[in-house]
Amino acid sequence: MSTELIAWPSSETATPQPFVGQLHQWVTTVDHKRLGILYILYALLFLVVGGVEATIMRIQLIRPLNHFVSPQVFNRMFTMHGTTMIFFVVMPVMFGFANYLVPLMIGARDMAFPRLNALSFWMTAFGGLLLYFSFVGGDGLYGAGNAPDVGWFAYAPLTSKTFSRGHSTDFWILSLLVSGFGSIGTAINIIATVLCMRCKGMSLAKLPLLAWLNATMAGLVILAVSPLTAAQIMLLVDRYLGGQFFDTQAGGSAVLWMHFFWVFGHPEVYVLVVPAFAFASEIIPVFSRKAIFGYPIMVAATLAIGFISMSVWAHHMFTVGMSAAGNTFFVLSTMAIAVPTGIKIFNWLATMWGGQIHFKTPMLFCIAFLFQFLIAGLTGVMQAAAPFDWQLTASYFVVAHFHYVIVGAILFTLFGAFYYWFPKMSGRMYDERLGKLHFWLFLIGFHLTFDFMHIPGILGMPRRIYTYEPGRGWDIWNLIVTIGVFFQAAAILVFIWNLLWSYFRGELAGNDPWDAWTLEWSIPSPPPAYNFADIPEVRSRRPLWDLKHPEDPDWHYE
Amino acid sequence: MSTSSASMLEPPIQWNPPARGSVAMYCLIAAEASIFTIFVVAYIFYIGKSLTGPQPQDVLRVPIFFTMCLLSSSLTIHFASKSLRGGKVRSFALWWLSTIALGALFLAGTAREWFHLIYDEGLTIQTNLFGTTYYSLVGLHAFHVTVGLLALITVSLFTLFGYLRQEHAERVEVLSMYWHFVDAVWVVVFIVVYVVGR
Amino acid sequence: MSTRRKVNIANVVRSLSTQALRVVPFCGAVVAGFAEPSRSPLSPTNIFAPVSTPAQSIFDLSHFVLLVTGAIFTVVVILLTYAVVKFRKTRENTWREPAQVYGSTQLELAWTVIPILIVVVLFLAAARVIASIQNAARPSNALEVTVIGHQFWWEYRYPSLKVVTANELHIPISDPAHPTPTFLTLLSADTDHSFWVPRLAGKTDLIPNHPNSMWVDPHETGLYLGQCAQYCGTQHALMLLRVYVDSREDFDRWVKQQSQPAQLGTKPSEGRTIFETTACVNCHTIAGTPAKGTFGPDLTHLMSRQTIASGASSNTIGNLIAWIYKPDVFKPGCKMPSMGLSVQQSAAVAAYLATLH
Repeated sequence: MSTELIAWPSSETATPQPFVGQLHQWVTTVDHKRLGILYILYALLFLVVGGVEATIMRIQLIRPLNHFVSPQVFNRMFTMHGTTMIFFVVMPVMFGFANYLVPLMIGARDMAFPRLNALSFWMTAFGGLLLYFSFVGGDGLYGAGNAPDVGWFAYAPLTSKTFSRGHSTDFWILSLLVSGFGSIGTAINIIATVLCMRCKGMSLAKLPLLAWLNATMAGLVILAVSPLTAAQIMLLVDRYLGGQFFDTQAGGSAVLWMHFFWVFGHPEVYVLVVPAFAFASEIIPVFSRKAIFGYPIMVAATLAIGFISMSVWAHHMFTVGMSAAGNTFFVLSTMAIAVPTGIKIFNWLATMWGGQIHFKTPMLFCIAFLFQFLIAGLTGVMQAAAPFDWQLTASYFVVAHFHYVIVGAILFTLFGAFYYWFPKMSGRMYDERLGKLHFWLFLIGFHLTFDFMHIPGILGMPRRIYTYEPGRGWDIWNLIVTIGVFFQAAAILVFIWNLLWSYFRGELAGNDPWDAWTLEWSIPSPPPAYNFADIPEVRSRRPLWDLKHPEDPDWHYE
Repeated sequence: MSTSSASMLEPPIQWNPPARGSVAMYCLIAAEASIFTIFVVAYIFYIGKSLTGPQPQDVLRVPIFFTMCLLSSSLTIHFASKSLRGGKVRSFALWWLSTIALGALFLAGTAREWFHLIYDEGLTIQTNLFGTTYYSLVGLHAFHVTVGLLALITVSLFTLFGYLRQEHAERVEVLSMYWHFVDAVWVVVFIVVYVVGR
Repeated sequence: MSTRRKVNIANVVRSLSTQALRVVPFCGAVVAGFAEPSRSPLSPTNIFAPVSTPAQSIFDLSHFVLLVTGAIFTVVVILLTYAVVKFRKTRENTWREPAQVYGSTQLELAWTVIPILIVVVLFLAAARVIASIQNAARPSNALEVTVIGHQFWWEYRYPSLKVVTANELHIPISDPAHPTPTFLTLLSADTDHSFWVPRLAGKTDLIPNHPNSMWVDPHETGLYLGQCAQYCGTQHALMLLRVYVDSREDFDRWVKQQSQPAQLGTKPSEGRTIFETTACVNCHTIAGTPAKGTFGPDLTHLMSRQTIASGASSNTIGNLIAWIYKPDVFKPGCKMPSMGLSVQQSAAVAAYLATLH
């Protein structure tokens, strides 16, 4: 029974389906759990692809004036690496976990709109394939096409027909347009699910933090992905209909593209990080054996982050020549967003304080997240001081900063989430020793690469350069940064091996291997297609704590 | 999972989560509003910045009649929705078809205006910044009207074949929210393009 | 909501204050490790080795910012480390759940208010520096230079001095007592670029149809390096910056030399003939000859420059020949096409160019 990934309740499971039948079920599924897993596997595939692109870049930069790849290939690599990691790794994996977990945590049988869910996944998936098709099919009119090489933020007028001949930029635009619609679809689904499908008794004040945070993320997607869609339509008008939105020769404005892009781009990074906070907010309490400290303020801080994040975008544009007043405003809003973010770190710390910390793999990743997110936030505050940013932006310092967030915070909690919910999704426990090996290898690799990456930035190394001059003092740091990549690659291999081996050979997990408190742990692992035999009714934020501690339930104190 | 002992002591919980169709439509409207905001911002930013070519005050004629058509269609769709909730399907059908007619009239008006601008005034999307932003913004809106009309026509086909009943009132209400949104966008576009920008 | 155990804040604060005193020298060490005297820099592009007021203001601000963030880092790391060590599961406490604490209004208020205060202080510090750099008055004796960014080279025009040059910028030293700053107007001929010479100032972008302005007032002579910091296409990496800060006399001498047209012999050389009959003249200007193109760098005083191809290689006759023969050799993807000259023709042209001092 548990050799199948999902147990169907019908008689079909009596005799195992032929392979084609199973494949058909996966391709046509509208079950949130299966779609969640599809999203996650899709993202894992592209994580490896994006990692290969990063490795190619790092080998090219291992020493000055290297000739590992041509400048044209390098420029495609950093464009594809950024675009892939953001749109086809982190966003899909977060949507995948949201899809899988939100209905389970709120006591629902599925998402609000299962067919929209499936459509959204396939649109996102198609977008990724379209982007990668550019490697093959991007040959434009002058044979100048190939994968896009305009950088993941595709500044105008580099993206105009004049400077980007061929179709490489069009692949960038169209793939993101399509997957953007998929993202908006999923976001609408998440919000409708959280607002409309909660089980009885689960008021918003009793909603698990993961659901709150994913709903906030979804709200940000709705408000932020749309400006990107709009800007990309404008770019298509420029490229194909002779429009002049960003045509500087006709009076158009390159800065307008920057504003539109970053109005998307900044909330986008909160779309990426807020679900990471969700994972931490579920894992840290369970492995500290304490309720989350300050639930109401965690919710309030999340909403504040979501709200303020819509007002900070031009801190990516401190060097474009805004007025002193303009720059000053964005310094204020950017520094302001550090306050609710810092509050969250303190709340997680207070959750661990006085607790009983179990150092299982998910918790190890979350503890590392706390240290690393602290550093990432502080280097962010440094750059929020605009004059300091005039030196640090567009250099390897900012590259180190945002990788500290995306890898050090987001990817670490993501690994934590993988290990934490793998028993629920597969019905089996992962190998704890391999998990710890993955953690330590990745920790070493991460710090080798991204700690030392700050230094070339301080010493004047700009980003997006395919090579650099010797004698700038950058050589040794680039070497160390590249070495770290191989530790991370080894760690990923250990991770994938652990997932595969444990899926087939891991010991059976049972319903609740972690002695946790949210609703997903009350049903079998893996859950049946209908999730809950009887829709539960809850009285507090931790329904299973109430069941396990009937003498001292949470709803006495909430 | 239900703590039955507790439910004996507590009064039954009032549980009325919102309807998913409405929530989803509000979210969609928020996303669309976000897209339109960007196009409106671009339009406003480029007012007066065209280097050459026809300027708005020279060529734009205020489309009062067609605006009235579109705004009245909001009224007719409201009555249609109300009729269906009350179970009056025939009355609903009449109001619904009026909505479609008024919406189609609006689109015809836009087409006529564009024909005039392109062939008589020589203003196309490539001409200058005004042309680019005008056709993009008004065109995006017209696209949304078209999509709305297609949905309305689909519902009218269901009605004509007798499949629409009172119990579908909520879904029809969700669709009419979209239509109201399209009208509200036109109010903004109208003010920005024909009042402020001229 | 009720807390079931109070956190002993007083003890924590006491132990933290002693730790905090170690922060100051730590931050100082971090910055000092990077700050270098201009004579022997850790790196010629070290942002912590300023020689000009904008870079210096940023450097001073960075001290303060690093101090504050360093203090926050130290405090939180100590707390985190303590928590992870002190509250780990042991054999003794594993049989029962710890006391469940749902929150503490005082604590949460404290760690909301204190960060807000820190933010206000940092904001005011940054705002002051923004104003001092961006709203600096332009003195009448300031030198005006127009910088035009191209794919993938820098054009410099001195409107008041009637000088046009490329890739190597000369500016006069500025005495802090009587400043003679250089104000740069930043324009672009094609895509976005960014002017970044870390030891002189923060970077400012060159955006087409969007003129920008920056200023520098270096108080030490020397050569200062940098490069384009906004991705502008294939050869963004080799759009290098070389800024020569000259003494007043050296600068005036340089201006005088650059203002002359090309010093050429009466009989045109073979190289000059090739140059003027091939499309070279469509892109390049050599003052005093029919070559008046502006798409590429002005070559009138090419030999006064130490590098070619915007810093990609040094200005030797061998490199010149190779560059003319096949520009792709140094800068694949640059905008200078190969004119299909043979090696001998390229050598002749290079020989001609070698006379342009």
